[in-house]
Amino acid sequence: MANAVILPTLSMIDQLPLLTIAVPLIAGPLCVIFGNRHIAWGLAFLSSLLAFLFSGHMLLQVIDGDVLSYHLGGWAPPLGIEYRVDAANAFVLFLISGISTVVLPYARQSVAHEIKKVSHTLFYCCYLLCFTGLLGVVVTGDAFNVFVFLEISSLSTYVLIAMGAERDRRALTAAYDYLILGTIGATFFVIGIGFLYIATGTLNMADLAVRLADMGDNRTVQAGFAFIVVGMGLKAAIYPLHLWLPGAYTYAPSVVTVFLAATATKAAIYVLLRFMFSVFQPDFVFELHTLTWIIMPLAILAMFAASLIAAFQTDLKRLLAYSSVAQVGYMILGIGLATKTSLSATIIHLFNHGITKAVLFMVVGAFVMRVGSSFTKNLNGLGKQMPWTCTAFVIGGLSLIGVPGTAGFISKWLLIDASLKADLWWLAMLIVMSSLLAVVYVWKAVEVLYMQQPDEGSSAKEVPMSMLLPMWIMAIACVYFGLNTDLTLTSASVAANSLLGGGVQ
Amino acid sequence: MEFILGHLNYWLFIVLMMIGFYIVVARGNYIKKIVGLNVFQASVFMFYISIGKVDGGTAPIFPTDMNIDPNVVYSNPLPHVLILTAIVVGIATTSLGLALIVRIREEFGTIEEDEILEIESKLQAEENSAEGPAMGGRA
Repeated sequence: MANAVILPTLSMIDQLPLLTIAVPLIAGPLCVIFGNRHIAWGLAFLSSLLAFLFSGHMLLQVIDGDVLSYHLGGWAPPLGIEYRVDAANAFVLFLISGISTVVLPYARQSVAHEIKKVSHTLFYCCYLLCFTGLLGVVVTGDAFNVFVFLEISSLSTYVLIAMGAERDRRALTAAYDYLILGTIGATFFVIGIGFLYIATGTLNMADLAVRLADMGDNRTVQAGFAFIVVGMGLKAAIYPLHLWLPGAYTYAPSVVTVFLAATATKAAIYVLLRFMFSVFQPDFVFELHTLTWIIMPLAILAMFAASLIAAFQTDLKRLLAYSSVAQVGYMILGIGLATKTSLSATIIHLFNHGITKAVLFMVVGAFVMRVGSSFTKNLNGLGKQMPWTCTAFVIGGLSLIGVPGTAGFISKWLLIDASLKADLWWLAMLIVMSSLLAVVYVWKAVEVLYMQQPDEGSSAKEVPMSMLLPMWIMAIACVYFGLNTDLTLTSASVAANSLLGGGVQ
Repeated sequence: MEFILGHLNYWLFIVLMMIGFYIVVARGNYIKKIVGLNVFQASVFMFYISIGKVDGGTAPIFPTDMNIDPNVVYSNPLPHVLILTAIVVGIATTSLGLALIVRIREEFGTIEEDEILEIESKLQAEENSAEGPAMGGRA
């Protein structure tokens, strides 16, 4: 911002990488200063919309493979902090800000229903800080800056989850568990960065990549890699490190669950991608072994174990939370295969799963609003009483399974394609088989909604338009990105290219 | 011997880190967990601060008259600055954790992990009474 004064030759367009972060960051405290919940919501929506427009513009700028480099405060990298936007992070920025812009209109009614009025301004402030943190993690090109933004988003996430305590006191313990695990994860990440700094003396990611290129057998670098993968793995909820996720998603207020499920793990997956393929070289022996012998088996385990657990859940929110763990499995499977196609699959699944889970959790939020519960036993026959909401659920469910014509199909297709190209036909079989498990748990919900008679005396009715519309925007997006893959496929393959830096296949 | 003494700061860092980590994992009291987390984080602070130290280096502050003597060795200030940020984050985490503990105590009447787990599993059993005890568990 000050930059614009010092260097008046720069136009507003050049400031976009910073503005995307700065606008919601400033809007957050403003919400509290104004102290009015309507203004707070307006500010949140406006800044989120601006961030969406900015990141959309940046995505168009970098989709041909260009890189935007923004020097914070005019200090040139590698000494200064650099915001570096290429197709990979522009695409993730586009997803995060897009989801937030659609979720906020939905939030208005849902928050009014679930959180008491005095806390609304604080809620929107925390929401904006969380939003800022997630965008910052993705936009920055400086390794330590990732940690700072990560903690901004994490701390506000803990508060947001704890706000679910008005519905269920277990939100507090869920938030506490996440606080402990999240802090351990972030601290591991810092230790990893410290090791890399010892080995190279730099924190800039592009510079790190250059200096690490011939340090593949350096123990310090290997230890740093391990710490970073485990730390970020905790944040991304890679299977055995997922323990915080089900509780947090189940007891958080519905809006928070929608937003977190669609964006938070995605930002962590992006950081993993960036570190594994841009900062470290995938042809390092230790990294190759990690990918083949740790990441891949865990991914397959996640696909099956988490899906199975999901099938046994009675609470729709918890069911979808476990399904998220399973879907993260598909994303890290793409990382584990480490080819260009598989990375495209990861990036495109990141996007498609984001919009799919947004629809599903929005629908569950609507149930919570009208029925007061997300347990399947209380949702009997809602298909008749809330037809639009339930249809959106079916569309989201189909996309989650990966039925042709929906977004979920595209990403699974790419993933199967990638595993066939790598001559792993059994892996392709496993992907299809685990998708069948998704059929089980999606059907479980559909059966309750459509095949049962409504409970007697139930007066559930359709949710207001302001909630229905965002739900359907996402549902239509699920179908649209399943039929028209120009934007997603192009972005994903350019992103995979830029992550791999033109190397490796 | 040289290996041990030469890397003394790293050994201290590792021992402190493991103590903190152990407290977080092994203690059931929520406050003690936060204390463990603090020790864990403090070890990382010390790790960063010690790697910024240069042998014979002094505080990285230029004299006020800016007559910089090229023979003076300065410590590396960057890790110190980084860890200043991390300390602030640590304080925020601690205060948030403690605030959560206050709320947990208000709602559950205890801050012992095993007692809270017991209360929670009872709640869960009630919720799932219609479907049977095998359904809806943690994993």
